[in-house]
Amino acid sequence: MNIQVLGSGCPTCHQLYKVTQEAAKELGWPIEVEYIKDIDKALAMGVMSLPVLAVNGRPILAGLLPSKEKIKKLLQENIT
Amino acid sequence: MIDYFQYLVSQPAFIASIDFFIYDTIKIFVLLVVIIFVISVVRSFLPPERIRQFLVKRNEYIGNILASILGIITPFCSCSAVPLFLGFVEAGIPLGVTFSFLVASPMINEVALVLLFSLFGWQIALLYIISGLIIAIASGIIIGKLRIEHLVADFIFKTRNNSAAFVNQLSWSDRLTYAWGYTLSILKKVWPYIIIGVGLGAIIHGYVPTDFLARYAGANRWYAVPLAVLFGIPLYSNAAGVIPLVSVLTEKGVAMGTALSFMMAVTALSLPEFMILKKIMKTKLILLFAGVVGLGIMFTGYLFNFILR
Repeated sequence: MNIQVLGSGCPTCHQLYKVTQEAAKELGWPIEVEYIKDIDKALAMGVMSLPVLAVNGRPILAGLLPSKEKIKKLLQENIT
Repeated sequence: MIDYFQYLVSQPAFIASIDFFIYDTIKIFVLLVVIIFVISVVRSFLPPERIRQFLVKRNEYIGNILASILGIITPFCSCSAVPLFLGFVEAGIPLGVTFSFLVASPMINEVALVLLFSLFGWQIALLYIISGLIIAIASGIIIGKLRIEHLVADFIFKTRNNSAAFVNQLSWSDRLTYAWGYTLSILKKVWPYIIIGVGLGAIIHGYVPTDFLARYAGANRWYAVPLAVLFGIPLYSNAAGVIPLVSVLTEKGVAMGTALSFMMAVTALSLPEFMILKKIMKTKLILLFAGVVGLGIMFTGYLFNFILR
C-alpha cells in the first residue's frame, strides 16, 4: 500500500503533503507519503486539478485541501 | 499640530473620506463572503475535469463561447494552470478554445466582480463581464485561426492518455466546508489590499478636486488607453487594491473606458501567469497571446470612451 501526493510545488500542494504525512502518522501507519512532482502522472490519473491525494495510484481527492480529520477518514475508507 | 488636526477633522472633506471608507469596506467584505462562497459551491460541481468533458467534441466556435463562460467560475491559480492546459490540449481540445478559457479565467473573477459591483454599480460590472467574455472568445478564435500548435512546448502533444476523468465524490457538507475554507483563504489574501485601496481611494475622494485628472486621462487623450494597459500588466497580485483606486480616479476625470482597460489589463495580463505558461509555451506564443488580448482590451477601452462620453 502506498500514499501519494501529486503537486506542482505550489504552497497548497506542500500543505497537503504535510497534512497527509501527519494524518498517516496519527493513524499509526508506518508508511512514507510520496510527493510526486511529475504532472504527467496526475494527468494519467485523469486529474487536472492539483494537488491530488492518491492511494495505490488511484486518485481519491483532487484540487482541494481538506482538514486533517477529513484526510484520515478518506485514507481509512480507501485502504483495502 | 493639535489645532491643525482639529481643523482637519472638522472639514467636510474628512467626514466624506471616513464615511466613504467605512461604508465601502463593509459593503465589499459582506459581498465578498457571500459571492465567493456561492461561486465556490457551484465550482465544486464543475471542476476542470468535468469542464474538459463539456469541451471535448464541441465545434470550435461553440467551444470558444463555452470555454469563456466556464472560465468565469474557474480561478486561475499557480497550482493548476499547467496541468489544466496540458489536460485540455491532450484531450484534443483545440488550442484556440483552450486560450479562450485561459483568458476568461483570470480576467472575470469573483473578487474583481464584487469590487466592480460595489464601487461602480451593476451596469459597469455587467459591461466588464460582457466585454471580458467577448475578448476571451475573440482572442481564442484568432489564436485558433493562426495554426500555431508548433509554438506549444514539444512534449505536450507526445503524451496521450485515455483514462477516465476523475471527479471528487463530495457530500453537501464537504462542499460547504471546502467553499467556506476557500472563501476564508481568499479573504485572508486580499483584505490588506482592499483596505489600502479603499483607504487611499477615500483620501482622494475627499481631498482631490473633481475633474483633476481629466486633463491627463480624459476621453480625448488617445494615449491614456495603451498606457493604462501597460501599467496594468505588473499589478496582478494587487488587483483587489487597484480597483477601489481606479473607481475613485474615474470620479476625478479618468475616462470610464480607460479605467476599464486598466482593470482588465491588471486581471487578464500578468507577469506571474506568463512565467507559469513559459513552462509549456514558447516565448513567441506568450507574446502573441499577450498581444492579442492586449489589443482586445485597448479596443474595448476606446470603444467605451467613445460610447460613455
